[in-house]
Amino acid sequence: MSSRDPDVDKRRLVGVHPERVTNVSSTDFPGHYPDEDHSWDLAKFNKTLQVRVQRLSNRSIEFDLVGVDASIANAYRRVMIAEVPTVCIEHVYVWNNTSVIVDEVLAQRIGLVPLNIDPSLVSMKENANDQATDRNTLVFLLKLACERNPHAPKGSTDPDQLYINHELRSSHLVWKPAGEQAEVFAHNPPAPTNPNIVLAKLRPGQVIDMELHAVKGVGKDHAKFSPVATASYRLLPHIKIKKPIPRHLAEKFQSCFSPGVIKIDPKTKAVSVDERNVRKDTVSREVLRYPEFVDCVELSRVRDFFIFNVESEGPYVPERILLEANAVLRDKIARIRKAAIALRDGQDEDVAMANNS
Amino acid sequence: MGESLMPKIKLGHEPDLSAATYQIHDESHTIGNALRWMLMKNPKVEFCGYSVPHPSENVINVRIQMYDHLSSLDALISALDNLDNVCNSIEEKYLNSLRAGKYERWEEQS
Repeated sequence: MSSRDPDVDKRRLVGVHPERVTNVSSTDFPGHYPDEDHSWDLAKFNKTLQVRVQRLSNRSIEFDLVGVDASIANAYRRVMIAEVPTVCIEHVYVWNNTSVIVDEVLAQRIGLVPLNIDPSLVSMKENANDQATDRNTLVFLLKLACERNPHAPKGSTDPDQLYINHELRSSHLVWKPAGEQAEVFAHNPPAPTNPNIVLAKLRPGQVIDMELHAVKGVGKDHAKFSPVATASYRLLPHIKIKKPIPRHLAEKFQSCFSPGVIKIDPKTKAVSVDERNVRKDTVSREVLRYPEFVDCVELSRVRDFFIFNVESEGPYVPERILLEANAVLRDKIARIRKAAIALRDGQDEDVAMANNS
Repeated sequence: MGESLMPKIKLGHEPDLSAATYQIHDESHTIGNALRWMLMKNPKVEFCGYSVPHPSENVINVRIQMYDHLSSLDALISALDNLDNVCNSIEEKYLNSLRAGKYERWEEQS
């Protein structure tokens, strides 16, 4: 069934009413409806599953995931936020810092700077205390001294003219290759994705001298490792007009929805829903406030139609984030499966062992 | 890491494993809810539920009870296989959609 179908299966709809939502839970489980088979069937699933990329920019992607349960969509969302790895600065060694920002605050700010390092080229430390090697750590140097500008125009109050190096920016991070790194990263030298992040402000005589160690990590450990700015989904709105809207109320009806959602025929003033633009609606329920529209319209959302919006902030191009999340998810499944098989094969011992402990 | 991931049957279980609680380490709602859903799609599963007993412990408990004295462990393994198939299908269709290129392209300022 396509999303454009005006009469979507009632079971797929979550009702949106003035003061409550109805029909919230999914019911596609075996035994829920008598004489209906809802057991898992991959062929059936593949038939209903649709994944469509809708919009793609250099920073974000919007795609539809149709025909899956909320638990699957949510698993992808959670993995994109918290378990797709990136490389961030984790250790900061301060040799000198005479700026007004204290060491720990500055270190925290530096940690949050997104780096352009492809995480697949770096291995993760098994343990936080593991020895740093050229495979798991990248080193940056951060050195800046602020001076007075001898050629500053007289009477100027603009710090850009008065001082040299008065702003410590992310572009001041200098990558120091170690071991094989110079070769591995030759095509894309490690640096912050945005060179213009102001990390600290300096005045003449103030100096910053630090060594920064970047490691690979995941968002569940620290939010700085999250590869996305947002990764969210919402359900596709569904609007059903139950009886014709009077001509003189057509415009008022249209203004109850987001722009583009409701079409008015210029000649007949007949009101209809633009099926291609329903996704733009916010389901604000404004239309339900007016007595003249009572029983005219039914608002709902399609339970298995997820509109994902993912904004990349870091090394991944936006279209790659779902693929990385997919790989992480499949890896998790494979590991649990392996452990479950081990449990089945060596069943008696393991079960007994667990019961004793 | 590999060892600690081992699901252990911690709480009570029937001798034939027709009802058991699996404690899975280093997992959360991400896998818990998806696995619960897939297990509930199995008509031989009488009951399936999961919980995160405490937010500071990185552990989930998955309870599975079977009809007809079937093994819950077999149900768990087949549910994991099915979940992997789901991921595979989603990946395939996503890549197809990307390759087809029927989407709006735009430039975003950062």
